[in-house]
Amino acid sequence: MSGSFSPLIASLEQAGPVGQSADAAVEWLLNHGQGLFGVVQQGIQALASALGWGLALPAPWLFAVGVALAGWHLVGGGFALFSLLGLNLVLALGLWDLMVDTLALVLASSFLALLLGFPLGVLGTRQLWIWRLLRPALDLMQTMPAFVYLIPAVMLFSTGAVPAIIATLIFAMPPVVRLTHLGIRQVPADLVEAGRSFGCTDLQLLWMVQLPNALPTVMSGVNQTIMLALSMVVITSMIGGGGLGDVVLRGIQQLDVGLGFEGGIAVVILAVILDRLSQGLSPGHGRRGQ
Amino acid sequence: MSSAITLDALSKHFPGQSTAAVQQVSLAIEPGEIFVVMGLSGSGKSTLLRMINGLIQPSSGSVAVRGQNLSDLSKGDLNRLRRRAMAMVFQSFALFPQRSVLDNAAFGLEVAGLPKAKRLAPAKRALERVGLGAQLHLKPAQLSGGMQQRVGLARALALDPPILLMDEAFSALDPLIRRDMQDLLLDLQAEQRRTVVFISHDLDEAIRIGDRIALMQSGQVLQCGTPLELLTAPASPEVQAFFKGVDRGSVLNLEQILEPCPQTLVLPDGADPAERAHQQLCFALNPSGQFLGILSPQDGWIHADAAGTLDSKSLVNDAISAVAQNRWPTPVLDHQRRLLGVVTPRRLLETLREGV
Repeated sequence: MSGSFSPLIASLEQAGPVGQSADAAVEWLLNHGQGLFGVVQQGIQALASALGWGLALPAPWLFAVGVALAGWHLVGGGFALFSLLGLNLVLALGLWDLMVDTLALVLASSFLALLLGFPLGVLGTRQLWIWRLLRPALDLMQTMPAFVYLIPAVMLFSTGAVPAIIATLIFAMPPVVRLTHLGIRQVPADLVEAGRSFGCTDLQLLWMVQLPNALPTVMSGVNQTIMLALSMVVITSMIGGGGLGDVVLRGIQQLDVGLGFEGGIAVVILAVILDRLSQGLSPGHGRRGQ
Repeated sequence: MSSAITLDALSKHFPGQSTAAVQQVSLAIEPGEIFVVMGLSGSGKSTLLRMINGLIQPSSGSVAVRGQNLSDLSKGDLNRLRRRAMAMVFQSFALFPQRSVLDNAAFGLEVAGLPKAKRLAPAKRALERVGLGAQLHLKPAQLSGGMQQRVGLARALALDPPILLMDEAFSALDPLIRRDMQDLLLDLQAEQRRTVVFISHDLDEAIRIGDRIALMQSGQVLQCGTPLELLTAPASPEVQAFFKGVDRGSVLNLEQILEPCPQTLVLPDGADPAERAHQQLCFALNPSGQFLGILSPQDGWIHADAAGTLDSKSLVNDAISAVAQNRWPTPVLDHQRRLLGVVTPRRLLETLREGV
């Protein structure tokens, strides 16, 4: 893998002072955080393995029917048909196992992104200084070229699923933080006032007034996080994340348009299914909203 | 009995604003009264209301609710006081759009931690009381504005609070619906007296429902008193200006506009008034001053029962038709049927036009 990068890296000059301090930071983390990283690594590995195992458990036809039924309920008949045909195509292309791997990576990193991002978004609405710290961090996470996360992720966690999930979660977390924050801030002031006037504690206000009203916005953040996670997971095949990204990467390396296209089609099918299903879960969307 | 709500030298100064929203307001609101805080927009009345339940912290001065000083309370105690002692109704209704009508009404009880079975019954009773027993499972958006505010009222009533805080609660409603809601509030008050602090910018509304009115301007209370006191004894030209154009007939009672009787005649006990012919209209009394009837040159003896008498406490508006029907000045009696004076159609018209 590293062979394909060495000519490019050799042609660049050494990193400047900014890059050196980033280097030093990663170095420091390597020297001092080994124990913590070990725990994180094991935890994420366990999550990814469990998800991969669980998703591979049902036979492909059962999986496809399950997705179609959920799609029928949440979105509609047309989408159910699409997901049935699409998943059948993935199976026919021989990419089923890789798709399941990709799905497991997406779900694991999205789950972690939501687990971290949602409380951060809520905290940002409670304390202005937290949001002042968060905002530039989110800008950085979102605009830093995705490949850049791969380097420290590999240095800290080696190659494989764990650094792939960590790089993905960093890249995919900003939307859920931002949209949770936005959704809660947008709850009409009179509803918040009504909640307070009836004696809500902060937690009751969040749970009974703010979240129900912010839910559509929060859910669109969840949807975006899942979609970003999928796009990043494909890129993490470069550090051994595995899944459909491998097919695309092999297509690039071998200049095999057909292979790359097959991998790409499978990614698109998975993307559409994840997008519509996660939108369908949002209140006010699809059939459930009526 | 001590006051339900006591405001002492209460002020609020919002950062970045040159003048204080509320300045040195001291008021004592008594248990069981409908106390209307009346003023134009920007007069500080909504800020004042929000300091009563602690939604806004005063800059100086103090608020005591049922003897408890709000500034002495911890956050938890303040929340407990809000759940137990006072409920608020909002101009914008502020209903929770995802909740059904029933769950909206049960909100306060849910916050107080009551299990589902225990909170739905009072919520349902409150909704039935405001006439929404058939709409329990609709969403607020499916209701008209008037019905939505009934839900807002039921949400407050479900807690059975001794104090109701109503922030321009009926201002967003059509005039007819607003009148219905005022009637509903008065009915509720007749069933069970609560302390109601009612914010309004509508003087007719304030006069209609208020036991007392505090008139606010630029954060200060110009005058506080019964509608009658404000109308008949304005403390300043500003107060008087407020009452220009108000429906005076709905405030003044006949006692305020009485004219002296033109001529009275005291009949000894047992005398037959019909035997006395008179050239002039004359009001006959018994020795203790009670009204017996009218001696009229045209109509002869008119007995008190047929003389179209009015009670001195009747509102001017309620007296118009009786006064118009009588061919003689209408006698006005006190509760012991003593003749206090008379009211003529001319006098009524003058009163309604510009006042006393």
